[in-house]
Amino acid sequence: MSATVSSGSVTPSSAARPAKPGGGGPRRGRRRRVLGRNPLGLVLSAPYLIFVLLVFAYPLVFAFYMSFHDYFFAAPGAVVDRPFVGLENFQEVLTDPAIIRSFGNVGIFLLINVPLTVVLSLVLATALNKIVRARTFLRVSFYVPYVTASVAVVVVWLFLFSSNGLISQILGPLAPDPAWLINPLLAMPTIAIFVTWKQMGFFILLYLAALQNVSDELYEAAATDGAGKIRMFFSITVPGVRPATVLVLLLATVTGANLFTEPYLLTGGGGPNGASSSPVLIMYQRGIEQGEPGIAAAIGVILVIGVLILAFIQRKLAGGDES
Amino acid sequence: MSNAGNPAVTEGLAHSDPAKAPRVRTGRSRAGQVNGMSRGQNILRYVVLSIGALLFLFPFYYMVIGSLQTAPDPTIAGAFPNPANITGQNYVDINSRINLFQGLVNSGIFAGGVILCTVVFGVLVGYALAQLEWRGRGVTFGLMLLVQVIPFQLLMIPLYVMIARDYGLADSYAGMILPFAINSTAVLVFRQYFLQVPKALFDAARIDGAGELKILWSIALPLVRPALLTVVLLTFIGPWNEFLWPFLITKEASLQPLAVSLANYLTNVAGTASNPIGAVLAGACVLAAPMVLLFIIFQRHFVSSDIGSGVKG
Repeated sequence: MSATVSSGSVTPSSAARPAKPGGGGPRRGRRRRVLGRNPLGLVLSAPYLIFVLLVFAYPLVFAFYMSFHDYFFAAPGAVVDRPFVGLENFQEVLTDPAIIRSFGNVGIFLLINVPLTVVLSLVLATALNKIVRARTFLRVSFYVPYVTASVAVVVVWLFLFSSNGLISQILGPLAPDPAWLINPLLAMPTIAIFVTWKQMGFFILLYLAALQNVSDELYEAAATDGAGKIRMFFSITVPGVRPATVLVLLLATVTGANLFTEPYLLTGGGGPNGASSSPVLIMYQRGIEQGEPGIAAAIGVILVIGVLILAFIQRKLAGGDES
Repeated sequence: MSNAGNPAVTEGLAHSDPAKAPRVRTGRSRAGQVNGMSRGQNILRYVVLSIGALLFLFPFYYMVIGSLQTAPDPTIAGAFPNPANITGQNYVDINSRINLFQGLVNSGIFAGGVILCTVVFGVLVGYALAQLEWRGRGVTFGLMLLVQVIPFQLLMIPLYVMIARDYGLADSYAGMILPFAINSTAVLVFRQYFLQVPKALFDAARIDGAGELKILWSIALPLVRPALLTVVLLTFIGPWNEFLWPFLITKEASLQPLAVSLANYLTNVAGTASNPIGAVLAGACVLAAPMVLLFIIFQRHFVSSDIGSGVKG
């Protein structure tokens, strides 16, 4: 096989692009035109492609199908009629106050979690990026919550935030009554703070990677021009890591939309009285516990559309193109 | 991203985190440069970072302390326990309610299966995406990025219907593993590593008459060995910590991963132990310990350049 050996300098980006057509010679033309130069690539990727079709593409289509049908569980292999019901499931979802409330709860969650995550993880990553001593220890301590199972840390938070728990003891008379997780006004914010704490390590990691791409020369030039540290942070660091910010915004939003373990365990299934329920929790309760997968699928579809709209708005606001 | 643009590409590959060395150097030179005028800023940085570290680590300290106390003590003094109040009884208690060892084994099989599939199939796709030219490569790469933003929970109901009902895989390891089988982020890390291997190396082997499979096996695979540990750690976190999916798919206690059995204990039977909070905290320690220890031991393989490039593609 006569390969196109490009000139000496091999950069990863140029290696990533497909070679220009015409490099390989016209002899094996047809097979090459249909399958590309190395059809083996398709063979090697086949397991992954099958996996994506089976676990992502098909269920996605299936979810849409379910949301428009009166779907119910039946014995495997049984042929049953599941009539098309149009938008009936969506109508039921959008008129159910408990479900509306769960979407509102995600809104509260995002309003607290997303700004807190972006600001704190950028500040911590910037500070971490410039220090020399104890760097590894600090880095590790920030990531530990992220790598630990939610179920394990939820238990500690339950203990810390219980009615006579340590947090209330420290606050003394300032402690809220009823306590955090059983207080309708504070249950959702407490969950939002828990998730911020839990996920922050990963976002610090993303920002640390992004900070490596901000040129030192910019800071030096700014210092020569007499800019202060705070000015530099807002004029160089913040715009410099904008692609990462877009990603952090998106991932934090997706995390919020996926909320399940925390309301299920921290507030005993979305309590008090639905004040901390989440759409995914209701999907579980309605779809699996109560056997109404059509309703659950409709909630899922609305949630996906909501996330896509939010992601689009954030992209516009953050104004970054993917680098 | 890792700085593979320099000529010493293969040397960079042998080192597990090429981006780290220059980063430390710039940090030092900057610290030297600002030394005179802004020692205060450096102190401020450490103060902020230390407060952060305290907030991040304290709950873990509290978890261990709480799991060792005879009676739960939520007062401030309880955070600094009296040695007379220390006991291992909570671990015995929780172990009599849920089989901790079986739970760990189940979590291990779940995570191990996912890691095995991810490494075997991920290496193949990563190589194909980075070094081979075939029709559909762009589409496959696009799919890989797309898959990472599809929230898994939204597919939960159809997946449950398919896997538990249509395929009859409820209460089985295969049913647990299937939706997580190939971690797309890990595939991107592999691809990133294969991109750093100079193409000329493969072209030279082709000119020498080596077959494509031979090239993959004897040239490409040895070169990505440094990526392996990163991928294993990265992949391990997901299934070990996953709660919702195994919770849906396993009803039989003897098959449940530890996260699921602990959560069930917490919601159902916590009232029956003599010191319920202590017992649950003991279970939480057992669940958290393997992941935290692995992560601390191998933390230098969990570096920003690898993960960042993996996530961003």
